[in-house]
Amino acid sequence: MPEDASKLVNINIDGQDYKVPAGMNMVDAASYCGVEIPHYCYHPKLTVAGNCRMCLVEMGTPMRDRSTGEPVLDENGVQKIGWMPKPAIACASNATPGLHIRTNSDLTKACRTGVMEFLLVNHPLDCPICDQAGECRLQEFATDYGRGYSRFVEEKNVKPKRTVLGPRVILDDERCILCSRCVRFTEEIDENPVLGFTQRGSHSTLTCYPGQELDSNYSLNTVDICPVGALTSTDFRFKMRVWFLKPVNSICTESSAGVNTEVWSREGKIYRITPRRNDAVNDTWMADSGRALYKQVEAESRMKLPRISGNQVSLAEAIERAAELIKSGPTAYVASGKLSVEEQFLLGKLAKVKPGSVYFVDHSREGDSRLISEDATPNLRGGLVTGLISELPGERLDALADALKAGEVKTVVSFGENLINAGIGPELLKKTDLVYLGTHRNDTTDLARVLIPTLTVFEKAGSFINRQFRLQRFLQAVPGLAGLLPDVVVLTRILGDISGDKTPDPSMTELWAEIAQAIPALKDLSFAKIGDSGVELDGSAYDNLPFHEKPGWHYEPKLEPATTSGSSF
Amino acid sequence: MAKVLERKPLTFAEKTYLPQVLGGLKITFKNMLGKKVTMEYPEERPNIPDNYRGVPTLVHDPNGREKCVSCQLCEFVCPPKAIRITPGSIPEGDEHEHVEKAPQDFEINMLRCIYCGMCQEVCPEEAIFLQDVYSLVGTSREELVFHKKKLYELGGTRPDQHYKWDVKKAAEEEALAGNGHH
Ligand code: SF4
Ligand code: SF4
Ligand code: SF4
Ligand code: SF4
Ligand code: FES
Repeated sequence: MPEDASKLVNINIDGQDYKVPAGMNMVDAASYCGVEIPHYCYHPKLTVAGNCRMCLVEMGTPMRDRSTGEPVLDENGVQKIGWMPKPAIACASNATPGLHIRTNSDLTKACRTGVMEFLLVNHPLDCPICDQAGECRLQEFATDYGRGYSRFVEEKNVKPKRTVLGPRVILDDERCILCSRCVRFTEEIDENPVLGFTQRGSHSTLTCYPGQELDSNYSLNTVDICPVGALTSTDFRFKMRVWFLKPVNSICTESSAGVNTEVWSREGKIYRITPRRNDAVNDTWMADSGRALYKQVEAESRMKLPRISGNQVSLAEAIERAAELIKSGPTAYVASGKLSVEEQFLLGKLAKVKPGSVYFVDHSREGDSRLISEDATPNLRGGLVTGLISELPGERLDALADALKAGEVKTVVSFGENLINAGIGPELLKKTDLVYLGTHRNDTTDLARVLIPTLTVFEKAGSFINRQFRLQRFLQAVPGLAGLLPDVVVLTRILGDISGDKTPDPSMTELWAEIAQAIPALKDLSFAKIGDSGVELDGSAYDNLPFHEKPGWHYEPKLEPATTSGSSF
Repeated sequence: MAKVLERKPLTFAEKTYLPQVLGGLKITFKNMLGKKVTMEYPEERPNIPDNYRGVPTLVHDPNGREKCVSCQLCEFVCPPKAIRITPGSIPEGDEHEHVEKAPQDFEINMLRCIYCGMCQEVCPEEAIFLQDVYSLVGTSREELVFHKKKLYELGGTRPDQHYKWDVKKAAEEEALAGNGHH
């Protein structure tokens, strides 16, 4: 029975009545009511396998007379509940009217203790060296339902350890509890069925098909969904214990899909990025390539010091000089969907105080029809909504190059855009008063008159509008590099210098109060209101734009997508 | 409410101070003539009982294997956060490859340590012990942050009851040879 969220049904858990969406899986339905049913093999985004038996509960349905179909009533006139004589798995049942389950009865608890004992029979004593420790379901339920000591005097099975499954995943077969989540993921979601079990019984071994590798760009999702430490990430392996890591909600900047993520850090150092569930955007999945983006924070090419004509200066001096150059103009601004909505809004303000054309650069490339869209920037639609652009940008800035040649523009402000890649030659740039705000070094940064290093997405807060016109926010996960300020602060200070009306550095709340007033599409919104799952905006005004994105997970383009040129990225 | 204490006047005997002086002399003579309780430290050193909680140290097992696997539980439990571990992996081909994990560095800041023994209690590998080192001097803060090498030097070797990882390796080798369990 498919889930039907519009219809609620009454169910009864441990003697309490609840209303849940009809057809909801009982494991989810219980958690929806705040009751945990321990489970391993069930995953809300995969098919039901029912092989771990951890979710056994007592189950009963309202009784009906077999011959007449009439409800059977007890002496009080209430319909009797027919309890099944044996426990049943909750993950293979759906919420139906009047369904009763018992999750805390003696029988249920005995089932869990029994299942745990069998799971632990051959399980190695690896917790001290196992990366899953601290977020391991087996550990958690062993504490809740384990016996506390082992009755198993025989020798444990020996299975392969440290098997390299692919470039990013390592398998320890002894820790595998054979739940088959990873197998189902590769088959159903990744559609690249390379994993499977060989042997039988307690000798069953998870293996990769001979001659194949688990090398898809979605392979690390198997590590996320593995309830134990059998599958571990090569990158994160042995780097840090999870209990020291603090997760912060963020948004992946890999593409305009806007995958919801959690960024895990300890003392200002990021150790890993994992997907965060959002059923409207990325379900529970994420591409492997997006998880590596945290490395840009400590990348060699990261710019750390503000400079004027190559000489190191203080940030205040750089901001002052940038404001002078912008003011002397004539000025043009080059940005892209890499900027957050807040930064784009302030850029819009700047372009009003010191008028100049705003150019966007297109960063399209090949997508994967899933969570990596054709647009490599997370916030192109932010440029549309904030009114910076009304057309889709091109890859080259030929119009700007012409204006520079003709002397119509003297100052160019680049927001992290490599102008040389966009077709403005080094000779031309050398003659230009180039103000560059960005995070990493490239050909263009060396030619900048004023260089203001800025912060990466992990070091600041803000919001993006993804390909579905969904406004989503990211929070600051780690402190910014010493001496640098978030882009919104830098922009506010430049604005203050130019207009002579210096305002204090804005908080996100203040900034959003202003944004909500100025931009009709964002009225009634605030940074807090965006929440953790984002807000869907009305994008119908842009339906006729030929966005580059092709269909992907949770995305259908309104128009036939324009052809992408791929390699230019 | 203020409490008023009554001060009693001194008796005659107290006023002469003699009973107190005699009492003091009695203690002096008793110790002078009795058994000696002090020792000529540092030439002479006391016997330290087994359960003494001295400086936390890392130990090897009798086969010379470093026991810590850098599980970081002690780092987590240490109340004054004196421990700082950089986890690492044991390289392929190493004699102890099957243990997989060992600390790259292990620091204990002895200026922070309060000798509570929690690290020893929590360690699942019986790798860290507060032993008999009680004399701790240094001339700088850095010198009193003990690193892995120093901690192992101080720790030495302790007997092992389980040889958990050796048993594990033997089982793996048995299985490879086709004997015993799969
Ligand atoms: S999978 Fe869980 S229970 Fe097994 S060794 Fe790892 S942390 Fe321990
Ligand atoms: S490797 Fe993990 S996800 Fe895959 S079957 Fe084993 S326990 Fe389940
Ligand atoms: S003895 Fe206590 S304070 Fe000292 S390192 Fe161990 S846990 Fe920390
Ligand atoms: S000393 Fe013990 S508790 Fe501390 S990291 Fe090493 S193995 Fe873990
Ligand atoms: S979760 Fe129901 S059988 Fe595994």
